[in-house]
Amino acid sequence: MAHSYTPGLTVTERTTVRRRRILPLPGTVLAKVGDSVRADTAVARAELPGKVVPLNLANQLGIAPDEINDYLVKKEKDSVQKDDVLAENKPFIKWFKTEIRSPITGKVESVSTITGQILLREPPRILELRGYIDGSIVEVHPDQGVTVETTCSLVQGIFGIGGETSGELVMGVTAPDQPLTPELLTPAMKGKIVVGGAFLSAATMTRAKELGVIGLVAGGIHDKDLRALLGYDLGVAITGTEQVGFTLILTEGFGTIPMAPKTFALLSSRAGQKASISGATQIRAGVIRPEIIIPQATPAAGAKAPRIEREGIQLGDPVRVIRDPLFGKIGAVSGLPPELRAIPTESEVRVLEVRFPDGTTTVVPRANIEVIEGA
Amino acid sequence: MTEQPHSPAAPAVTHPLNVIVATDCGSTTTKAILIEKVGEEYRQTYRGEAPTTVEAPFEDVTRGVLNAIAEIEELSGRTILDGERIITPNQATQGDPKRGVDIYVSTSSAGGGLQMMVTGVVQNMTGESAQRAALGAGAIVIDVLASNDGRLPYEKIERIRSMRPDMILMSGGTDGGAVTHVVEMAEYIAAADPRPRFGSTYRLPLVYAGNTDARPQIKTILGEKTALDFADNIRPVLERENLAPARNKIHDLFLEHVMQQAPGYKKLIDMAGAPIMPTPAAVGVIMETIAKRDGINLIGVDIGGATTDVFSVFNGLFNRTVSANLGMSYSISNVLAEAGLDNIMRWVPFTIDEQTLRNRIKNKMVRPTTIPQSLDELQIEHAIAREALRLALIHHKSLATGLKGIQQERTISDVFEQRTSGKTLIDLLKLDLIVGSGGILSHAPRRIQSMLMMVDAYEPLGVTTLSVDSIFMMPHLGVLSTVNEQAATDVFVRDCMVYLGTCIAPIGQGKDGERCAGYEVALPDGRIEKGQLGFGDLKLFPLTREQQATVTMQPAKQIDLGNGPGQSFTKTVTGGVVGLMLDGRGRPLQLPSEQAARVAMLSRWYQAVGLYPTGS
Repeated sequence: MAHSYTPGLTVTERTTVRRRRILPLPGTVLAKVGDSVRADTAVARAELPGKVVPLNLANQLGIAPDEINDYLVKKEKDSVQKDDVLAENKPFIKWFKTEIRSPITGKVESVSTITGQILLREPPRILELRGYIDGSIVEVHPDQGVTVETTCSLVQGIFGIGGETSGELVMGVTAPDQPLTPELLTPAMKGKIVVGGAFLSAATMTRAKELGVIGLVAGGIHDKDLRALLGYDLGVAITGTEQVGFTLILTEGFGTIPMAPKTFALLSSRAGQKASISGATQIRAGVIRPEIIIPQATPAAGAKAPRIEREGIQLGDPVRVIRDPLFGKIGAVSGLPPELRAIPTESEVRVLEVRFPDGTTTVVPRANIEVIEGA
Repeated sequence: MTEQPHSPAAPAVTHPLNVIVATDCGSTTTKAILIEKVGEEYRQTYRGEAPTTVEAPFEDVTRGVLNAIAEIEELSGRTILDGERIITPNQATQGDPKRGVDIYVSTSSAGGGLQMMVTGVVQNMTGESAQRAALGAGAIVIDVLASNDGRLPYEKIERIRSMRPDMILMSGGTDGGAVTHVVEMAEYIAAADPRPRFGSTYRLPLVYAGNTDARPQIKTILGEKTALDFADNIRPVLERENLAPARNKIHDLFLEHVMQQAPGYKKLIDMAGAPIMPTPAAVGVIMETIAKRDGINLIGVDIGGATTDVFSVFNGLFNRTVSANLGMSYSISNVLAEAGLDNIMRWVPFTIDEQTLRNRIKNKMVRPTTIPQSLDELQIEHAIAREALRLALIHHKSLATGLKGIQQERTISDVFEQRTSGKTLIDLLKLDLIVGSGGILSHAPRRIQSMLMMVDAYEPLGVTTLSVDSIFMMPHLGVLSTVNEQAATDVFVRDCMVYLGTCIAPIGQGKDGERCAGYEVALPDGRIEKGQLGFGDLKLFPLTREQQATVTMQPAKQIDLGNGPGQSFTKTVTGGVVGLMLDGRGRPLQLPSEQAARVAMLSRWYQAVGLYPTGS
């Protein structure tokens, strides 16, 4: 049968990742190919156009739109300071004089004799784009940005919130099924990324914020705690711009779900090292998953970003069940019946058989398992 | 991305079309069907599907298409692919009828579909007309900006800049009227300098369909900054809407610009023997065709993973809306956010704590391709679907209206009736047919589940027929009808439309168990089923599509079946795979607010019609 499988999340000790760092609009690239950069190095800079403020001069002066050029003190492209006179009328009696003053400092962008309005624009804002990961520049996109490459350990999460940050990775728990409780967080964790086990409570998140923890990684949280954290019910999984005080990454899902042992072991082995994390998630066109990138000093010989092109599920593949009633359980594929099978809902679907570490087996719809990639 | 715009025009097909392969590239799955001419008629024979591949690591929509077609190859034993090429035409004349197909056609909504921003001058006049034009072309409208939308000018500019639409439609002003406001809006757009969603270097397509007198000014202001194109004014005079030219222009630009930027679409366009259509536009073609053919009023719904499209044809007037964030996978959590937990819980026939339910819904959101494995999971999804359908219809009703702002002539007889212009066109009592499509309706394990989901969500009044798209192939047939009408019609009638049955629902409310109406059903085998329909009752009689039954009902005082309160009613109806349903649950539908009573009531209804396997 054709390739129907759910691509899983990557959890791998060593790989090469490339991240495109692209400005939202054309600007200046500050690095060149071969440069080493750190997560906080500025690699490109752009000027974000200032806010536009329209003023309808014709209305305010009580004149026809096509007459406004006769009343302008400032012309198109002129610079203006706040409270500078933009336009004025010239009455016979001084008392009736009307002056229109600029509400902002900036410049006159355009003047329209059709609508009688003048558009003022505030000065541009400088935007500096950082490297995000420690690595080297492998490509420069003129006027747009760069591509940074690094050899690293990589863990992809299932869902996250908050933007990019970097700091030291520390373990908050000793086992993947242990919840990260508030008392496990200490002042020494300020500015660091703390890894929990199966669960994070609202109290833990509050404590993390108080202490200045910059990142939290755990198996799961409750949706109601997410709602409380954000202040609204998240409808569509497009995240990355939230400002909640830290970046949050879930490796498994919602609820209390032990972190996959492989993920936990990898993160434990990298404790004390610097990591770059991003909570940005987009589960729609152009899937983006949150990630933990831990750069490794010595590049692997000839390491290339592996392009995973699986031909489908094979017997023995490690898989995780991703839907209730066995949500979060990890096992290995022990059977791949080709025919459709009826499941308890009466739907006839393609299934597979999974053997769990305790030796038990069960039948699960193929749509409800995820291959553990990078195994 | 600097490719030149590619012409969407496909070479005319000269050979006969006997074997056709069609795909629909959805946001989650790519579905392929094979259609073959058997004797004198076309039939849908095989079906395959594969995950859509617009995303990393593939970033090429054609991979999913080839995978879905490969599944058809395996099932049918026909060779369709030669590497990454579709073999056309069919090699029957070369003595190998099992090799190749005569044409490949496709629709697409992958990558989020066509996302548009529209502008007008007066929000509920040209703003709404522009919205209807964009929706009719199969777009998702991400915002409607109007001179009187209550936002300050700088807020409008910020909004235009922050959105990244695939295309903008500008309208405003009647021909020969004032140009000021529409030019003002053009100035805002120019100041914002909006950028397209895909591709950072190409210019954003913009269709201007407003006052024709303003065209020179619009060209001066936006000609350099956007890929500007003109269409006839969508509101040439206040009393008339002219949406077709703008709609066609949107289609052209969609193919020429937008699709060129999406991953792999250039290849897909080359593979296809007819222009690629946006999925909702193709479904719209089918809905309009059914309504016209049968001379009926209908509501169609396509509930997908990310969006829910609603189509309606009332008195020949076609409308479409899309609720961009109501869906069963990517947007499932938004259904919870919009409907509220209580509204979802009211359809669940067991108790479940809020935390568990919330976590389950979020887990579906982050892993959108999973399916319910246990019965309770299925029941939760069906509960959510009811709310998504209900909310999408409310949205549709608000847009499928008569033109607003029109002067109405009033005579002395209108003195006591304050009618406003812009009333919704949706009249459930005049509704003849509901057509359901989309995974949750097409693939429900029992057809009665689809029927009851739609009845509960829409609460049809009086007599209404219900049907579903058998395996979700309306988009395919919509695009096929543009190249071969007969093939599309044959398959539609024989393989696509599954009539579920007829629902008869008296209007009015009463206490549980109270008499709602007396009924007499004359069944085709000569039997007559007689009885009383009480409030809270749901009765189902087996009746096939080919059979007819004559139903006579005597409603209680105050209860209406379309002839007025208490008036008797007789009608001959046909059935379907489910049959004839008498719905005495009241209109508006009543559900007990107390939890245990509600669960008991739901269980009674569900058992009465055999909704789910028993013993669960």
